[in-house]
Amino acid sequence: MQYLIMAYTDEKLWPGLSAAAKEQRFFAAYSVYVEALNQSGVLKGMNRLRPVAEGVTVRVSEGKAQVLDGPYAETKEQLGGYFLIDVPDSEAALSWAARCPAAEHGVVEVRPIWEMRQP
Amino acid sequence: MGNAAAVSPEGGEQARNTAGLVARRSYGKLIAFLAARTRDVSAAEDALSEAFALALKDWPANGCPTNPEAWLLAVARRRAIDAFRGRRRGEAAGEQLRIMSEGLAHAEAAPEIPDQRLALMFACAHPAIDAGIRAPLVLQTVLGLDAKTIASAFLTSPAAMSKRLVRAKEKIREAGIPFRIPARDELPERLGAVLDAIYAAFTEGWTDPAGADVVRRDLTEEALFLARLAADLLPGEPEALGLLALMLYAHARRRARRQAEGEYVPLAEQDPSQWDSPMMLEAEGLLRRAAAMESIGRYQIEAALQSAHVFRCRTGEANWRDVAALYDALYALVASPVVALNRALAIAEVDGPQAGLQAMPDAAADPRLAQYQPYWAARAELLSRAGAAQEARRAYDLAIGLERDPAVRRFLERRRAALEP
Repeated sequence: MQYLIMAYTDEKLWPGLSAAAKEQRFFAAYSVYVEALNQSGVLKGMNRLRPVAEGVTVRVSEGKAQVLDGPYAETKEQLGGYFLIDVPDSEAALSWAARCPAAEHGVVEVRPIWEMRQP
Repeated sequence: MGNAAAVSPEGGEQARNTAGLVARRSYGKLIAFLAARTRDVSAAEDALSEAFALALKDWPANGCPTNPEAWLLAVARRRAIDAFRGRRRGEAAGEQLRIMSEGLAHAEAAPEIPDQRLALMFACAHPAIDAGIRAPLVLQTVLGLDAKTIASAFLTSPAAMSKRLVRAKEKIREAGIPFRIPARDELPERLGAVLDAIYAAFTEGWTDPAGADVVRRDLTEEALFLARLAADLLPGEPEALGLLALMLYAHARRRARRQAEGEYVPLAEQDPSQWDSPMMLEAEGLLRRAAAMESIGRYQIEAALQSAHVFRCRTGEANWRDVAALYDALYALVASPVVALNRALAIAEVDGPQAGLQAMPDAAADPRLAQYQPYWAARAELLSRAGAAQEARRAYDLAIGLERDPAVRRFLERRRAALEP
């Protein structure tokens, strides 16, 4: 089963961190997490997202496209990145989610992937 | 549970407190008694939760009954009968109703409600029930914990946990799983499953030694309550005593496992003056009583290991040879890779890090071990002692990546930073 682990964190925390804190809390923490995912052979894909301010939302209303700056929903925590994993069951997915560094200072959402049948 | 605290009428604080107290003390007893003959745990839970709700309305107005337990039981029984009438008609239903009404008459007449919690636990840990759901089922039926609380502790989604609990209860009813303490000849094996379930609940709670997470901390206490119950109700079973001893040893060290700032403290660096001595004495006494029965088992050995660690930390006398011998005995009983890992650490203390590394099980052969944080942390420690800093660093990286407790992650990061460059 494939699951998407989504890491939501408060972007505002980021600029306030010292270089050392960024290194320790972010790069070091995520690099060992990714290493553990890789070593276990479960990682299928991952990415870090640029800040929501650089994002745009699009919606078509009455046949006309509406384009807005920023995120779809205003929340304290924003989607900062994701990990796509392939594990036997949801318990395994949840234990990987609990290990995600974002769980310590944000929230981590786990969603099973809706598997599409090959044509 | 939650039922007890769900309604809050004005001035009902006393009634609420009494209801809460009764719920905590008697929940499992009432469920066990209600479900013992019908084997319908869900119906018993529904009926009891309605009785608690009614108590919160009735008691503040009319005063607490002299025997709150009997009051709740009588109401719950009537509710169960009403619910049953609403659901079914016919011959079989008539028979069932007769059993229920008899029980009602009995409950109202009897001053003491017999304690059938142990029988309930045996039903929950029956071989026909999936091993993974036994501990959650015991926590729910005997203690009344809700699915959400249990789900967090076992790292499962609340919806999935709830579904599995409902299915397990259906199984008890439909498969005709009996509510009774097994006969002498099958007792040891069946008791093992009950004790395993209690231990599983305890270890889930134990992973949060800081006690920051209320759910997990509570679970440790609840599991201790269950272990005490099992030991009280089966005083002649050495493994029941052994499990309680083991849990008390571990629980007695809870304060020493974290610094004031919440940082993780490994056993070797713990301050024994922070340990709970009366609790350790109680554990020691239980272990001695169990040993006198001369029937060794897994939990007694694990308790003896705890005892050996406590002795060493208190006296400073190295007893690693004894510890390694105990692990040999434990491995002969339960050949788990985790036991093999701990045994390797004891060997390292006796014969050096190389010997320990050689005694370690192979993670390549066991994927569960490859994702087990303590395996990589232990490996890193031995590699570092053996002077293999490069390999130790990689093992620490994996251990940190696999750990979910931030305080333990920070501890491992400090260890890694202390490696030779």
